[in-house]
Amino acid sequence: METVHHTILFDLQKSAGARCINFGGWEMPVQFTSIIDEHQAVRTSCGVFDISHMGEVFVSGSEALDWLQHMLANDLAKCPVNGAQYTFLLNERGGVIDDLIVYRLAEDNFLLLVNAAKIEEDVAWLEKHLGEGVTLENRSDTMSALAVQGPQAARIYRELFGAEMPARNQVTALHRCSALVLAATTGYTGEPGFELFFPNALAADLWQSVLNAGAKPCGLGARDTLRLEMCYPLNGSDLSPERTPLEAGLGVFVALDKPGFIGREALLAQKESGLPALLVALRMTEKGPPPRAHYPVLVEGQPVGETTSGALSPSLNEGIGMAYLPPALAKPSQAVQIDIRGRHFAAVVEKKPFYRPSSYRAA
Amino acid sequence: MNVPDNLRYAETHEWIKVEGDTGTVGITDHAQNELTDIVFVDPPKIGAAVTAGQAAAVVESVKAASDIYSPVDGEVVEINDALSGNPSLVNTSPYDGGWLFKVRLSNPSQAAALKSPEDYRAQIG
Repeated sequence: METVHHTILFDLQKSAGARCINFGGWEMPVQFTSIIDEHQAVRTSCGVFDISHMGEVFVSGSEALDWLQHMLANDLAKCPVNGAQYTFLLNERGGVIDDLIVYRLAEDNFLLLVNAAKIEEDVAWLEKHLGEGVTLENRSDTMSALAVQGPQAARIYRELFGAEMPARNQVTALHRCSALVLAATTGYTGEPGFELFFPNALAADLWQSVLNAGAKPCGLGARDTLRLEMCYPLNGSDLSPERTPLEAGLGVFVALDKPGFIGREALLAQKESGLPALLVALRMTEKGPPPRAHYPVLVEGQPVGETTSGALSPSLNEGIGMAYLPPALAKPSQAVQIDIRGRHFAAVVEKKPFYRPSSYRAA
Repeated sequence: MNVPDNLRYAETHEWIKVEGDTGTVGITDHAQNELTDIVFVDPPKIGAAVTAGQAAAVVESVKAASDIYSPVDGEVVEINDALSGNPSLVNTSPYDGGWLFKVRLSNPSQAAALKSPEDYRAQIG
């Protein structure tokens, strides 16, 4: 039987009433009180997620930047020190092994934040391609992480660290109980907020401090509805080794003008020959069950694809999902049907994202 | 969790209230609490034949779609129309306003073989 992993905070969360599910080999809270309540807390106030299941891989050395430029699809040279960048590990076919955030801690020191279910595969892939002058260190087992997200996150940051929360996509090294805490203004919800990466020993204290400051404990259920409203992809659902970032509509995070990264030739060829499919956002336009992953999508009764993700959007109170469709159909206002248990429900291709947080509307 | 004394229970967390040859079916307080945030109910069709232990309806929470099993054999004679506009009745009133469907039992003695309130309480701990 497959080993089930637990984060350091598991017992604490379980005793706080967390309902748990298996997510990529990790038994994790799916909700504490209600997915809808937790979702709304993040949209209107603040929520905290235990994201200790995610992987922390450090890359350093004199050749670290050049090597990562070869391994990753985005242009890391454009990421300043103390910055963060969304990027991809691609296979030679241009398919997605993993999507990740790189934090540039120094000129030649990087933290790769990777998906929990992909830690082993990513590290094996990286080690297989490891070059001279590069040191790889997988600290996933000894580090924990929290995501604090929502309009109140800046206040909580100030209370915790006595400093102003930096602008989006920054990473700052802080100290707490004489241990190093990396605080990054990144997230997976669309709301302002920050993520903390720190040694396991600090986990219980930081979790409690964030709760004391007013954040609501949130599970993976709300994390999924929040990210889906933003059309942020979930690897393994919306991304796969058989799909390229271009098909996923994430070409802006791929630097095709950068020479010699793994997968580039395949992406250039795909761009030349035309994309076989595009990942679109779908919104249900008639009353019906919420869409889920792997429901057939039809146009005029003919199958044209299947959903990769789906949920009832707590913000819109409508069913939303994503699906790969032929490019000719991947246009806003294209009418489709979603087959749910043999019945067809009307839906429409929407412009991404489904939801714009107030922090964006104001901008 | 509330487990009323006047109902019979299936191991799969449905309840049935039998009056004459008709049984009213819903899900238990424990089940609604586990599912949380019920956002859609897909009822059986009126006139459909249902079989004990077979899926008869689907209840959708934010996180998942869950099959609801008929506790008895019979024919669906009524469904709870209020749930199409207000599925959260299953959460707020699982034994009353949140009932799912009524079935004419083809074998009225079948309900007696279901769990007693004591046995169901023991099951959910």
